[in-house]
Amino acid sequence: MALSSSHLLGLEGVPADDIRTILDTAENIKTIFDRPIPKVPTLRGITVVNLFFEASTRTRISFELAEKRLSADTVNFSSSTSSVKKGETLKDTVRNIAAMKINMIVIRHSAAGAAYFLTQCTDATIINAGDGQHEHPTQALLDMMTLREKWGQLAGKKVAIIGDVMHSRVAGSNIRGLLTMGAEVMVCGPKTLIPPGLHEFGVNVSYDIDEAIGWADALNVLRIQLERQEKGLFPTLREYHAEFGITRERIERAKKELIIMHPGPINRGVELDSDVADSDASIILDQVTNGVAVRMAVLVLLSGMDSNESSG
Amino acid sequence: MLKEKADNILLAGGDILNLSSGKREKADIVLMKGKIDRIGEIDRGSFRGVVHDISGNIVVPGLMDMHVHLREPGREDKETIATGCAAAMAGGFTAVACMPNTTPAIDTQEVVRFVKKKAEDELVAVYPVAAITKGRQGKEITEMAELVRSGAVAFSDDGNPVVDTSIMRHALEYASMYDALTIDHCEDCSLSHGGHMNEGTMSTKLGIPGIPNAAESIHISRDIELARLTGGRIHIAHLSVKEGVELVRRAKQEGLGVSCEVTPHHLLFTDADLISFDTNLKMNPPLRTEEDIAALERGIKEGVIDVFASDHAPHTIEDKEVEFDAAPFGILGLETLLGIILQQIVKRGLLTLAAALAKMIVAPRELLNLPIPLIAQGEIANLTIFHPDKTFIYDLCKSKSKSRNAPYDGMELPGQVYGVVNRGFICRTALGAAVND
Repeated sequence: MALSSSHLLGLEGVPADDIRTILDTAENIKTIFDRPIPKVPTLRGITVVNLFFEASTRTRISFELAEKRLSADTVNFSSSTSSVKKGETLKDTVRNIAAMKINMIVIRHSAAGAAYFLTQCTDATIINAGDGQHEHPTQALLDMMTLREKWGQLAGKKVAIIGDVMHSRVAGSNIRGLLTMGAEVMVCGPKTLIPPGLHEFGVNVSYDIDEAIGWADALNVLRIQLERQEKGLFPTLREYHAEFGITRERIERAKKELIIMHPGPINRGVELDSDVADSDASIILDQVTNGVAVRMAVLVLLSGMDSNESSG
Repeated sequence: MLKEKADNILLAGGDILNLSSGKREKADIVLMKGKIDRIGEIDRGSFRGVVHDISGNIVVPGLMDMHVHLREPGREDKETIATGCAAAMAGGFTAVACMPNTTPAIDTQEVVRFVKKKAEDELVAVYPVAAITKGRQGKEITEMAELVRSGAVAFSDDGNPVVDTSIMRHALEYASMYDALTIDHCEDCSLSHGGHMNEGTMSTKLGIPGIPNAAESIHISRDIELARLTGGRIHIAHLSVKEGVELVRRAKQEGLGVSCEVTPHHLLFTDADLISFDTNLKMNPPLRTEEDIAALERGIKEGVIDVFASDHAPHTIEDKEVEFDAAPFGILGLETLLGIILQQIVKRGLLTLAAALAKMIVAPRELLNLPIPLIAQGEIANLTIFHPDKTFIYDLCKSKSKSRNAPYDGMELPGQVYGVVNRGFICRTALGAAVND
């Protein structure tokens, strides 16, 4: 099994077969987690650099764990201020690191296209761990894996992405992946946080949270950042919660089975109430567990190593 | 680059293109001491001097690009007046107006004189545009009278708009005392803030913050109202949005002092071309959509657009070879302006060759109150000689600019330039391999 691309820059243009391969591999790999020693030697001798130019806790830890469980050698480079400010360009940073003979780079960066840019600076395999407001493919893959575990398949299912879609790379990748897999997608949030042109991609747009809840089989609730309020995109967190917050009353009113997801970290009481986040409908912690499995699958598949070895 | 004195030279076999009638007439031209000595049928055999066989080429008054960034003083690593002039010559231009966003800005007579002094030995005439406000800070207007007297041909804070409407009003009023053109970079910065490309489906797709059309059209509207209020002459730089074309059209119908220019890149590319995050397609205003191009083309056809200008904006490789958000706005354009206009506008029948060229020969000089070169006996020879049909492959490595930030490498363009004549010299530059020689 191999993927049709040598990097994972996003889910744009990634065929359904590739997504299926990654999710199948991840499910296979997940069985390792229950072993007494949850570690395989698949990536022994492979060096992976985690290049994080933006603050990140869970994605970085998830990748690091994935790499360690595959026995890869890992190095972390974190810099909240971009290296441009230190007088070194991204290109130089990457070329310097690549000169130390590394195999794979996991990059998180505030600029859209940064992962793509790296493919032009180095021969190493690039995995995008989030570039600006563009894509965050492993997040969407873990979301799809978690939904598939619940549903058996994604085709024909309805997923509503709620909140700050405009600034969300999680939404960017989820929309692409879900549509490729035959699911239907709706986005719902204040008009100020919905980017233009989404209908052209085949995405439903709603500004009414109850409509979205009524429509969807699953809600993927995005994190709302206070800084959006400061930019005048919505008046207050209070009003955001009143208009778009996912509350138990709203869920109950829909009178149906609904899956609740969140890429984390949750602002409890803003976009998602605690009693919903911690309810049986929530698969938020499964997402986190699956995140490691999906990232292991991506690392293995892109490394060119035999993926059967990692679960066998 | 071959440069020789325009003295005792026979330009043989070319056609002089009459810009008003559009007629091409075969005529040999003899140049003596930088002047046009004779026009007509001249026997090559008996001519005692250098003969340039320019058969198939047309001869027109020297082209002018009224919107270039020469970067000197301040960023000589990107371009100098000398390298900018070399690029201008290669592109077939004998005159440029250079924008004042230098360091220091062209906002005092000393800097105007510096630019003119640096350019005095160039074949290309360099006309400085001075800043509207001191230091291009948008706060206080510059000493416009003195700037005009020292050689500034227009005013602009290009790169930035003049945000304060009242300052812009007074600038227009003040500049109108000297009949000087005020050129505005139209951008509502509160609306474009943080944007790196056109806002629309593509910006959503690429996750790059967008700049909506309205950021430009709101500002154009304001400037048009100020032209009405003050009676001043406002020129809209690098018009890129369909709404702007309509605004300028209406302003002209009302007889207001409003003119505008369009760049070749806004006619050639759309935001969909940013799919590979190419920073050499990042400029301000950003690449728009097919709809905007269609409106610009309509505007060109219907006489709304006065001028074609390149907005030649050199940046170093180091500056451009970065992630998209971090890259500066702007691309090269002097060497490809003529070719792209021939390809997009003339070959496609939007304008006649003469009408298209007039927007790079007559219109900019009229707007800037500069004399228009004549092709007539006894006149100073200021000529552009090019082959309108002969194509060439643009080779960025051979660019005369100091920078390499152009998306045109390897592109086949019509209008191979034979050479330019001005200020007593004839200069020939080959930008790339000729295709149908």
